[in-house]
Amino acid sequence: MSKNPETIALHGGDYRSDPATTAVAVPLYRTTSYQFNDTDHAANLFALKEFGNIYTRIMNPTNDVLEKRVAALEGGLAALTVGSGQAASTFAIMNVCQSGDNFISSTDLYGGTVNLFTHTLKKLGIECRYADPADPNNFEKLIDEKTRCFYAETLPNPYLRVFPIKEVSDIGRKHNIPLIMDNTASPVICKPIEHGAAVVVHSLTKFIGGHGTVIGGCLVDGGNFDWTANPKRQPLFNEPDMSYGGAKWGEVVPQLTGANVSFAIRARVCLLRDLGAPLAPDNAWGIIQGLETAPLRMKQHCSNAEKAVEFLQKHKNVVRVIYPTLHEGEIAKRSKKYFKGGNGALVGIEVKGGVEAGKKFIESLKMFYHVANIGDARSLAIHPATTTHSQLTEEELLAAGVTPGYVRLSIGIEHPDDIIGDLDQALNNSGKPNLKAVS
Amino acid sequence: MKFKVNNEEVFASTGGRPFDKNKPLIIFVHGSGLTHMTWVLQTRYFAFHGYSVLALDMPGHGLSSGKSLKSIEDMADWISNVIDAVGYKEASLVGHSQGCLVTIECASRYPNKIKTLSLMGGAGAIPMNPELLALAENNDPKAVDLMMDWAHGPAGHFGGHPVPGLYHINTGGMLAKSRTIKDTLGVDFRACDNYKNGFVAAKTIKIPTLSILATDDKMCPVKEGKKLANLIEGSQVDIIDNCGHMMLLEEADRVLKVLKKFITTHYPVVTK
Amino acid sequence: MSDKEKKKISPKTYKFDTLSLHAGYQPHKNAGSRQVPIYQTTSYLFDDVDHAAALFNLERGGHIYSRISNPTVGVLEERVASLEGGTAALATSSGMSAIFLTVMTLCEAGDHLVVSSQLYGGTVNLFRLTLPKFGIKCTFVKPRDTEGFKKAIQKNTKGIFGELVGNPGNELMNMPEIAKIAHEEGIPLIIDATYQTPYLCKPFEHGADLVVHSLTKWMAGHGSSMAGILVEGGNFDWMQNDKFPTMTKPYEGYHGLSFAEEFGPTAFTMKARAEGMRDFGPCLSPQNAWNVLQGIETLSVRMKKHCSNAEEMVKYLLAHESVAWVSHPSVPDHPDHELAKKLLPNGRGSMIAFGIKGGKDAGVAFINNVKLASHLANVGDTRTLVIHPASGTHSQMDEATLKFAGLSHDMIRLSVGIEDIDDIKNDFEVGFRAARKPRLVSNQ
Repeated sequence: MSKNPETIALHGGDYRSDPATTAVAVPLYRTTSYQFNDTDHAANLFALKEFGNIYTRIMNPTNDVLEKRVAALEGGLAALTVGSGQAASTFAIMNVCQSGDNFISSTDLYGGTVNLFTHTLKKLGIECRYADPADPNNFEKLIDEKTRCFYAETLPNPYLRVFPIKEVSDIGRKHNIPLIMDNTASPVICKPIEHGAAVVVHSLTKFIGGHGTVIGGCLVDGGNFDWTANPKRQPLFNEPDMSYGGAKWGEVVPQLTGANVSFAIRARVCLLRDLGAPLAPDNAWGIIQGLETAPLRMKQHCSNAEKAVEFLQKHKNVVRVIYPTLHEGEIAKRSKKYFKGGNGALVGIEVKGGVEAGKKFIESLKMFYHVANIGDARSLAIHPATTTHSQLTEEELLAAGVTPGYVRLSIGIEHPDDIIGDLDQALNNSGKPNLKAVS
Repeated sequence: MKFKVNNEEVFASTGGRPFDKNKPLIIFVHGSGLTHMTWVLQTRYFAFHGYSVLALDMPGHGLSSGKSLKSIEDMADWISNVIDAVGYKEASLVGHSQGCLVTIECASRYPNKIKTLSLMGGAGAIPMNPELLALAENNDPKAVDLMMDWAHGPAGHFGGHPVPGLYHINTGGMLAKSRTIKDTLGVDFRACDNYKNGFVAAKTIKIPTLSILATDDKMCPVKEGKKLANLIEGSQVDIIDNCGHMMLLEEADRVLKVLKKFITTHYPVVTK
Repeated sequence: MSDKEKKKISPKTYKFDTLSLHAGYQPHKNAGSRQVPIYQTTSYLFDDVDHAAALFNLERGGHIYSRISNPTVGVLEERVASLEGGTAALATSSGMSAIFLTVMTLCEAGDHLVVSSQLYGGTVNLFRLTLPKFGIKCTFVKPRDTEGFKKAIQKNTKGIFGELVGNPGNELMNMPEIAKIAHEEGIPLIIDATYQTPYLCKPFEHGADLVVHSLTKWMAGHGSSMAGILVEGGNFDWMQNDKFPTMTKPYEGYHGLSFAEEFGPTAFTMKARAEGMRDFGPCLSPQNAWNVLQGIETLSVRMKKHCSNAEEMVKYLLAHESVAWVSHPSVPDHPDHELAKKLLPNGRGSMIAFGIKGGKDAGVAFINNVKLASHLANVGDTRTLVIHPASGTHSQMDEATLKFAGLSHDMIRLSVGIEDIDDIKNDFEVGFRAARKPRLVSNQ
């Protein structure tokens, strides 16, 4: 199989054509259930003696194509699609942690994930400990015997500091702790599994889908982590699971499949079965279409972002530009080390004039959409201080890295001249005194 | 928040922001048998934009203790006591349905205390259908079902709540059934039916007044609402189409838009 | 208006069959489109910065992001809420995620639930094995053991959960009595009414406080889409005790909001959406929501046929020489026959369990030889479905769990479809004929 993302995006996985009709385009299997050949077939499927479709909550042939393709793109062995990126994060943690356990997360994190980790998982007795990724050793300091995994984003808002994947993964592997990377903001340009991550999660809603039409998420099993090396460290993979006749996932999955995909299989047959957050086949199909052009789009996203950054750095109404390559020292080196073919579509700016200027900038944009999303093919912008983060006090805002004039941009694949043109006119407007109120 | 008026505990929602005595006060007064929750899509905006908000539960309603007040006049005095109890000298009032009668009477009795008046689905008098009144006084849940039927316009009967997933006919019905019907709705309906002073009170009102009326309002029809508005000097009228008496829920955004403009113009937040 | 009509006033709110076609949608707000549009979008444009802030602060209703809410999904939510007589609903990507979100909104680590022992196998696994991993423990009680529910309640119990008619034994919970027990203890009763749909039973009318559905089944009917929903009755007083602090106290997980104070009869749904859906993310796709809406349009007519076919099949099976026993609430000597009449007046549902003479081998032969009835892991399709649990859905359970779930080796579970009744019977004849010669079949 090709290693090139452009080819993987069209051919990745084992789908060539539909076995029933030889159709080349992936068919949309909009069905809930699957007829069993006979009772033996049914029994084998339920006992996991044989793999096959039982019920669309757990697996679907359309989703299967997407799963294999994303796994190939990330260089993993298997993948599991779920209803949203948020469900993917939830599953990633709940697949390794139970009540009383803890995990260590990077402080640089999407707000929705912070809520999940800080408040909601806490209610289930799972503790999240936060480590500042500026120094990878911060992760090691927080480990105890109940630590089950590390979690981080490759390219996190708002600082856009690229995460030290290999450094933290190496620390984890010493202690038999897997690193789970959320690679939503940097598919194609970064492959965390190559740098030692054990699991990759995505919100497929963003760059992989690209069209902003469907919500979806996935988990990719790198197949590079030994779940059985230290049974005490990973009890969910080494203790018998009574819901499957006492199966020990770390042992039974490699025996059954010949592959080290225990993480993906357990998430599928336990979490999708019980917690049930499946991706609709319609959505899987929509994402397959998006994925076909993801590598091409990423190139355009990245080159447009670079041009926008160059322009923004020179603009008089921009106090500061945040971009992975603009950091200093060790952190700047990380983008060189981990990114290939671009530095992402996300750009942060501090508009001169604080809250009012930030607000005015957003409202002056003509082409950029003002929405709470990233990774659409269209350019998007949001002013966190007056929207997503408006409930926070000034101190809380600063703690979250959100300064009053900070605007988050997700640069799209429009013509770069139009992107820069829109930014330019809005920035010029943001600096003007409140003309509207006077007129 | 909770506080005491006439030794009884009163509950009022503050719209999701802490109550702050340094901000101008807006008081929201609900309709017959209902609670502060009818205002959830209007109050939070003001609370987040520089005002102190009290969406009251009238005595004996919602989370407030005590017995329901028996006359509109008593309710008007009680609102004045609320303003005193929270340490204010003045407030703007917003009323819905029966709450309009209460706020008109209150503004007429306490002209210096009340700064603006916003009436949603208001009229100078709300005479009750005798059968509906009897059902409510007999504690029959059918009274609530009838009220929800009549209070929603034809469009509102299909749902389409602005908050995703909420079905407003049943939500309103549940609010009205949350306490004993005869002690809330029954007493309220009787008070509305007895109240005769609306048109007289209206003539005395000199403060900025807004009436929001709805074309499909069967309980307080546009004609009745206009009759009242015409008696109030310089009052402003806004009519919402495709909407019934429960305009706070049926057309929450449109109501808020009009209310926002009126209150921020006539009762602005003055930044020191 | 005649004098007689004048005397008897009654509410003219729309009735069940009308709501199933119209509720939750107003064409004049959607370009006049008579059918509900599919909003295949992830995000929504904000009018201005204030609008965006207003949505995040819950100042206004509206959509931010399709994981949290979507206009097409919203129509489905309102429609089901209206059919159930509920105040609000939250749709999810499967029935299991509806149960999971309900439990997560109600409980946290250290809490306890009392649960009926006769449940769908997936639900049993969730309560018995998966939730305890997250600190939530459950006590199982047999559905007919009404007093047992009371005895099982502990200080930290946050609710009672069950399927009204337990699967697969067709045992009924005495919902009104169990609701009383729950309410005496100040906890809600949660009913999984997947097998009934609101056409057969509206649990809120019998004391339930929350209802969950797998919409995948009878509600959609077509077996094409996964979906689940949580519906709130709006009658439960969360503030009556201190058992539900995350509902009643300023909640740090949501900017100090007290859901019960602010949203009253819709507080549970608001919290499930604002917290559970936001954080766990099992959202329903708009396309699937639309597919389910299509199904609900024909809910009444389908359910009538499901139920009449089921009663015909019960008669046929009772009279059949190859059948050892038949379990369906319409059978007069079924222990819950009278209770079912009261709780399910419009029909007793289309799930039948029966024992085939000849035990497990006969069951296998029957399943492998029917041609019209589909052998698969679902129920509530418009098509007739059969499964032999001992060798299929429940084969992953150990012997003890199998018994605990009320299963036997000869049991066949039948979900009666809406095909012509003669065709279903003819198909069964083929299956029974094969079952009488099990050896011959297994040699094939």
